[in-house]
Amino acid sequence: MSLAGITVMVFMILHLSGDPTSLMLPLEATPEDVERFRHIMGFDRPLISQYLDFLRGIVAGDFGESFRYRSPAMSVVLERVPATAILTGGALLVTLLVAIPLGVLAAVKKDSVWDRVATVLALVGQAVPGFFLAIMMIYVFAVRLSLVPTYGFSGWRSLILPSITLGLYSAAALTRLLRANLSEVLRQDYIRTATAKGVTRRIMVIRHGMRNAFLPVLTLLGIQVGVLLGGSVITETVFAWPGLGRLMIQAVLNRDYPVVQAAVFFTAIVFLVINFLIDLLYSVLDPRIRYQ
Amino acid sequence: MVDNIVEHSVIVVDAPPRRRAGNGRLRHLTKVWRNKPAFLSMVVLVVVGLLSVVAPVLPIPGPNTRDLRVRLLPPSMEHPFGTDHQGRDVLSRTLHGGRISITVSLVAVLLAAVVGGVLGLLSGFFTSVDNLIMRLTDVQLSFPSIMLAIAIVAAIGPSIVNLVIVLAVSGWVDYARVVRAEVLSLRERDFSEAARALGCSEARIAFRHILPNVTTSIVILATLQAARFMLQEAGLSFLGLGVPPDVASWGGMLSEAQQQIFIAWWPALFPGLAISIIVLSINIFGDWLGEALDSRAN
Repeated sequence: MSLAGITVMVFMILHLSGDPTSLMLPLEATPEDVERFRHIMGFDRPLISQYLDFLRGIVAGDFGESFRYRSPAMSVVLERVPATAILTGGALLVTLLVAIPLGVLAAVKKDSVWDRVATVLALVGQAVPGFFLAIMMIYVFAVRLSLVPTYGFSGWRSLILPSITLGLYSAAALTRLLRANLSEVLRQDYIRTATAKGVTRRIMVIRHGMRNAFLPVLTLLGIQVGVLLGGSVITETVFAWPGLGRLMIQAVLNRDYPVVQAAVFFTAIVFLVINFLIDLLYSVLDPRIRYQ
Repeated sequence: MVDNIVEHSVIVVDAPPRRRAGNGRLRHLTKVWRNKPAFLSMVVLVVVGLLSVVAPVLPIPGPNTRDLRVRLLPPSMEHPFGTDHQGRDVLSRTLHGGRISITVSLVAVLLAAVVGGVLGLLSGFFTSVDNLIMRLTDVQLSFPSIMLAIAIVAAIGPSIVNLVIVLAVSGWVDYARVVRAEVLSLRERDFSEAARALGCSEARIAFRHILPNVTTSIVILATLQAARFMLQEAGLSFLGLGVPPDVASWGGMLSEAQQQIFIAWWPALFPGLAISIIVLSINIFGDWLGEALDSRAN
């Protein structure tokens, strides 16, 4: 169902503007040229049959040829996937490395310094736009201190700033949720029982607390994958990172529609698959949830 | 006759009376000064709002007044925020950028709330359209919203009006879902039954009896969404997909400032701080508003 919706939407990218011919041809094209082009591209046929053709193409992984790169749009997109995957992985690492310790500390030691740090991070992280943070970090760490490269993709050092930029928002959201959930769980009766049995605090938090607090966190993580995929568009543009997001923006600005369509479609599919996998993970983590 | 009276009194007791609810809401809102962060945020928002309203009449250079002799001057008495690479006053551009950003997000929030609210109301009331509308929200939620924005801009081109449309399209789902869920429970409540028994049409029940009871949720959603829209507006303008480059906007300013970051930090710092502070204020105020209005409901 979602899949059908996505194909309709991706199809509409090209047709929402009315006649795609006018978008693709230069202004000085003669009416005869326009007619011929329209016929070659099949734009003179009914929308529904164009859509069916489009679907047939998708099944074969064929989105047409990129106007700019003169090669199949999908392979142009796939070439950029590894760079984005690395960046998203880095960001996810930043997110988890910040959010899990900070969220747990804030929940276990309520009203401590850590709790306040977590609260401030959560608020600031959700208010500062990634690209602003990125530009300021470029200024401080790349321009002033020359610790890392300013942009591009060259070794692990070049991964640091983009990962922080991309991961900050998710880290903030996750910290906030983990703190709220874990402190809720730690108030439950079974935690008190465990304490009474003499379970050490560390084991209690990890085994009894985290396991129960983690399910909503996982849901949020699924949503954050979408945020990361979307955020990578901006992060990649700031850092001239050779990934999918930057390709997409360049394709939009160059009106390279087959590439836009292939990229949007690919991202949507990845998002769907990841959320499906997270649904499956639920039943592993929580035996009470079983899918028929 | 006696039966009538009894039934009538039931209606009065059960229906959340709108007048009283309104007063209760106001009573809670006047307590804002007791919560320091929320109060401070409100002050910031009011000041920023006023500043951007009066920006055109302030004694500062126009946002597009170029003077290449004063390129990239650091902050000084004459140019408190410095000047950019074309010699334009950064303070003036930041204020005018705020006008655009605030206007775009407010109009988009309004549009999203009206469209989403009405569709949610319809969806909750009429099962015939419910399926269609909810599947539509499913499809949209299975899609990162910035991808949707990029796809739409790719199709209809970047401009301020299109920016509003893009944001509204990406935001109506929130309202539709929440309003539908509330309508489903409210329409089964006794006051809806009573209105039905009195012979009100479904449409009248929807708009006169149910709608006033979902406004609280809509207001809370709208506040937090305004902050998100500001970030998205800045992001899209930064990418060159939002406000056209000849109009001052925070995202556009940051995009230009990035080219100069080796020479100057001020063209980037001030518009960036402006977005961050405003979004922070809206979020803090919105959280407080949610709690204040919720405590009324409970």
